[in-house]
Amino acid sequence: MIRVRSLRKHYTVHERAPGMAAAFRSIFRRTKTTVLAVDGIDFDIAAGTRVGFLGPNGAGKTTTLKVLAGLLHPTSGEVTVDGFEPRRRQDAFLQRIMLVLGQKQQLLWDLPPSETFELNRAVYEVPRDQYVATLRELTDLLDLGDLVRKPTRTLSLGERMKCELAAALIHRPKLLFLDEPTIGLDVSMQATVRDFVKRYNERNGATLILTSHYMEDVAQLCPRVIVIDRGTLVYDGSLEALVTKTRPDKRVIFRFSRPVDERDLAALGHVVQHDAGQSTLQIHKDAVNAVVGRALAQLPVSDLTVENPPLEEVMSELFTQGRLREVRRLDRSPA
Amino acid sequence: MSLRTTMHAFPTLLRVGFADAVAYRAEMLVWVLSTTMPLVMLALWTTVARDAPVGRYGEPEFVAYFLATFIVRQLTGCWVFWEMTFAIRNGTLALRLLRPIDPLWAYGAEALASMPMRLIVSIPVAAVALEVLGSRGITRDPALWACWVGAITGAWLMTLLVNFIVGCAAFFIESSLKLMDLWLLFFFAFSGYLIPVDLFPHGLRVVADWLPFRFQIGFPVELMTGAHGRSDALRLLGCQWVWIASLFGLTVLTWRLGLKRFAAYGG
Repeated sequence: MIRVRSLRKHYTVHERAPGMAAAFRSIFRRTKTTVLAVDGIDFDIAAGTRVGFLGPNGAGKTTTLKVLAGLLHPTSGEVTVDGFEPRRRQDAFLQRIMLVLGQKQQLLWDLPPSETFELNRAVYEVPRDQYVATLRELTDLLDLGDLVRKPTRTLSLGERMKCELAAALIHRPKLLFLDEPTIGLDVSMQATVRDFVKRYNERNGATLILTSHYMEDVAQLCPRVIVIDRGTLVYDGSLEALVTKTRPDKRVIFRFSRPVDERDLAALGHVVQHDAGQSTLQIHKDAVNAVVGRALAQLPVSDLTVENPPLEEVMSELFTQGRLREVRRLDRSPA
Repeated sequence: MSLRTTMHAFPTLLRVGFADAVAYRAEMLVWVLSTTMPLVMLALWTTVARDAPVGRYGEPEFVAYFLATFIVRQLTGCWVFWEMTFAIRNGTLALRLLRPIDPLWAYGAEALASMPMRLIVSIPVAAVALEVLGSRGITRDPALWACWVGAITGAWLMTLLVNFIVGCAAFFIESSLKLMDLWLLFFFAFSGYLIPVDLFPHGLRVVADWLPFRFQIGFPVELMTGAHGRSDALRLLGCQWVWIASLFGLTVLTWRLGLKRFAAYGG
């Protein structure tokens, strides 16, 4: 479906120091810098799969998505999507894809979303009966109701995103690029969007590529992740393997029948949280059995659960503490 | 983009564009008031001509000229550069590029969709002018009117293409709004919008003849007011369409080169 080889996208940007003098100097002379937004990445994505792009801000995820969608012309490299060269933006290619940008909207601001739906029906040449059936299905799945008849500007962020998704799917694209689709949404709306996207993938066999800073989106939707950092690909494989290799620990949550001294727990592992009735320990995954055994023997344990560390925490560690260089050395095993 | 796809979608683009144009009724009213400059010039020049004609223009000729100017300006007005330059700077052009229809066609449809509103303003003015002036000062030659149809279409196209070129300049210089200010400076001076071109001193008249601005306003107005014979009208129409072909070429060039530079910033 998607084949990317040695993709590079470099930008030239102006730089200027703050202040009046710098502003004045910039009238006559500007410092230009070349930004290596994407600097030689390779990957393949099979049809019907769901893949998440992860990376810190400015890593090159969105740039890669935009190149795949044909919005940006690559500086060099080879990109084919379903047999098309995206930058040529042929009709047949554009009929197959859609990019949803969480921070931008295609809905006409002053008109009800139904007008954008109708516009997309005409532009994508969707037959009327298929349009009616698709819209009915999307209205049910997203619970759009009367929203489609109110001017877009009067809708809340979550309502707009639901209508945005409906507008994006009127022509039933085979390939869906989602860039931060849940940004700014409340937890329940995030779950609605995730469920909807997953169902769309399963019902239509559509390929899905997602970027999101909400790890829950990626964990729920994407069996495979591609991690990009400073424009280069540093990991390609399952999210679980990435988490295990980044932080090979488990969280063991103990509940006690009577208060326990923190010093007794510290002897077993790193204490993440401790109060009278409950404590959380972080333990290397290979030591879990032994530690649990000792705890059951020495402490008044009434209940326990074993979990992975929170994804957000692992990713934060990965992106902010220079751990990506270590991940780069991991095996790259396409899912 | 295939022409078939574009033509198929065009009626819907026009309908949605019209709905968008009338979304704000108060703004629409203000817009109508903002296009009355030719009527101000009409009052000014008829006062000047009250004592003696200016060139070939007496009071009735000035009235006919500036009413025709008002109508031509209504029928050729276009401001899509504003939306284009904004869309390029903040990256929302990306959403138009995703659709299987060339964004320039979509912008063109939006500009055309405002035409019914412009007709609502200009038709009553034309009717009042005919009632007050009779057909005095307005040509009765059907050949010139046929020529006028080509000229007014050409004038609208020129204005649209200039909007496209200024809009596309945002790909290269980030904000091109001031470029339009520069264009409008010359447009107001040389198009015949404020002063009929044949009142210019000889040197300036020669310059105006070689520039494109006159073909956006002055030329269709001159045809309406019978300022040209048939052969002159055809020659000028030819000149206008040479300008259109040149502007079209420049539009295609700036658009294609610009897309290669498009950074789709934000989101």
